[in-house]
Amino acid sequence: MTTMTLAKALNSGLRAAMELDPKVLVMGEDVGKLGGVFRVTDGLAKDFGEQRVLDTPLSESGIIGTAVGLAIRGFRPVCEIQFDGFVFPGFDQIVSQLAKVRFRSQGKVPMPVVVRIPFGGGIGAVEHHSESPESLFAHVAGLKVVACSNPDDAHWMIRQAIASDDPVIFFEPKRRYWEKGEVSETEPAPLFSSRVVRSGADVTVACYGPLVKTCLEAAAAAEAEGTDIEVIDLRSLSPLDLGPVFGSVRRTGRLVVVSEAPSEASVTSEVAARVQEECFHSLEAPVLRVTGFDTPYPPSKCEDDYLPDLDRVLDGVDRALGW
Amino acid sequence: MSRPQSWVPTDPRSAPTREHVLSGLHGTDEGGAELVQLLTPEGQRVSDDRFGSWADDVGAEELKGYYRDMVLVRRVDREGNALQRQGQLGIWVPLLGQEAAQVGAGRAATPRDMIFPSYREHGVAWCRGIDPTDLLGIFRGTDHGSWDPIEARFHLYTIVIGNQCLNATGYAMGQKFEGKVGDGPDAEATMCFFGDGATSQGDVHEGFVWAAAYDAPVVFYCQNNQWAISVPLERQTRVPLFQRARGYGFPGVRVDGNDVLACLAVTRWALEECRTGNGPVLIEAFTYRMDAHTTSDDPSRYRLADELELWKLKDPIERVRVNLVREHGVGQDFFDEVQAKSDELAARFRAFCVAMPDPGPDRMFSEVYAELSPQLAAEKSAYLEYHASFEGA
Repeated sequence: MTTMTLAKALNSGLRAAMELDPKVLVMGEDVGKLGGVFRVTDGLAKDFGEQRVLDTPLSESGIIGTAVGLAIRGFRPVCEIQFDGFVFPGFDQIVSQLAKVRFRSQGKVPMPVVVRIPFGGGIGAVEHHSESPESLFAHVAGLKVVACSNPDDAHWMIRQAIASDDPVIFFEPKRRYWEKGEVSETEPAPLFSSRVVRSGADVTVACYGPLVKTCLEAAAAAEAEGTDIEVIDLRSLSPLDLGPVFGSVRRTGRLVVVSEAPSEASVTSEVAARVQEECFHSLEAPVLRVTGFDTPYPPSKCEDDYLPDLDRVLDGVDRALGW
Repeated sequence: MSRPQSWVPTDPRSAPTREHVLSGLHGTDEGGAELVQLLTPEGQRVSDDRFGSWADDVGAEELKGYYRDMVLVRRVDREGNALQRQGQLGIWVPLLGQEAAQVGAGRAATPRDMIFPSYREHGVAWCRGIDPTDLLGIFRGTDHGSWDPIEARFHLYTIVIGNQCLNATGYAMGQKFEGKVGDGPDAEATMCFFGDGATSQGDVHEGFVWAAAYDAPVVFYCQNNQWAISVPLERQTRVPLFQRARGYGFPGVRVDGNDVLACLAVTRWALEECRTGNGPVLIEAFTYRMDAHTTSDDPSRYRLADELELWKLKDPIERVRVNLVREHGVGQDFFDEVQAKSDELAARFRAFCVAMPDPGPDRMFSEVYAELSPQLAAEKSAYLEYHASFEGA
């Protein structure tokens, strides 16, 4: 076990993957000399050279489109999109090529590409720097979508994503980059799995990314008031691994799904739909959601209102219990 | 706005006026002074100081080969149109008129080079050894492309306009990273096919920028067939397309796209430039789409038949036939033999098409992922079970 920040855990995960396989490339805007605007790729260019850590032109479609070509050639590119709101120029290449080349070629051309995207708000940023677009990608067949929430997962999930022969959209909780945690010596869990991060008997809370910590804090606060919350970190958003959620809901009868993203047609709606299909007779209350609002991400002076916090999570829990 | 009757030019080769353009009529077949040509529309072999030597080795036998390629490809193309009209294909994308642009470029590439096509490149596919029947699934709806792109070094058709320019650039960057650019015998290059309409896409611009930034060994091969479905070239550009390369810092050449020898020579040169580290290069093959955009299109709504008549005089196949007869004394036997071969190929193409089985419902779930998720596996088995419940009903 080593203690490090989430950003450093990603960095060491990238480094390990690059050492293991010379076909792994890191590419993106400012990822070389600067080490990325969040320093996630710090030092990699120095150690692996500019042909494996590419400071690319400022062009997101170019980053994804050339990564597709490099993958056809046999490379395993790891692309960095600088901020969540900048991914959309590359969305066409992600949806039209990255997600479909394997299917189009019936497996003859695999697409082992990882697209890293720092996501979510809470950092007081200007427009386009705080978004949670994960549901847009989860909706696209051919992609896999994951979100890490802590340094251990950050380190191991990025390594597993790079090792995957499928394209993985990898969401990193940017406001947690500098928070520290322990990183295991060995792989703690498969990539596409969810995990119960706190056991509880009264209400199940499912969440991912930056809000896992918020939900754990809410659970600790609720415990003081006598409510026992089970917290599940979904980790994989597509495919969803809902077995642990079903098991939990069958015991608690109540589920609150939490996310920063707007609720409409989202990962949280998908979880709600599937839980009611599988656990209909176990539910004591409808599946409730605590999410960002169905608005564009607001100016940062409003984000404390926009983002689900400890109180809003507990409000959701209370509503589920009081149904 | 002028009416069609009012624009008939006194000199049929004059450039279109702004009025012609605004009225939606293109009306030029004039490639300008910078057009590289080695075989005139009248079938006369001519010299070119810069590129002529790249086709010096082409004698009667080679030229007969290119003639055969073009006739066979055109025959397959016409059969594709017919199969669509008869309900055997959902759609066909004709290449009529672009045979020289495709065969010249396709025959310039070595087996080591990689090619990224758009969706009209049946002639390039032919040169890569892909059997025409392998194209049918795309248009019949049984698959999205059935050949092995890695083995054939010919990527699957890309339908979203311009996407492949970035994919090709990335592939070429990979060739460079692997040390396949230089004077060695294993040097490689990449070629990317796209049309005049695609040049308005951001991905083509980004492809040019990236290829230049990384000195990627990629030949951007633009078949300017004058029309992006119904929209003439003037809506895409103010300058001749080959001149755009200059703005990105690499050479651009305009070649007579109906001249198979010129296309071969210029592409050989461009690929060699790329293999030896002087890439990228832009080639504009100045040609004409003599048929509709696809079998769903109706060109009579947006262009005059006169324009087609002008271009028929520049037919890419006829000029080779004339040259073979006049300058190489090739007799009728050869042409009869090619004709017979093309009929044979068309018959095989047709027979294969009508016998193609529909894929089963399990095809939908095949190779979506390397690792099928439990969720998708459950969807698959539930649907297959439902589907099977109708059997014998």
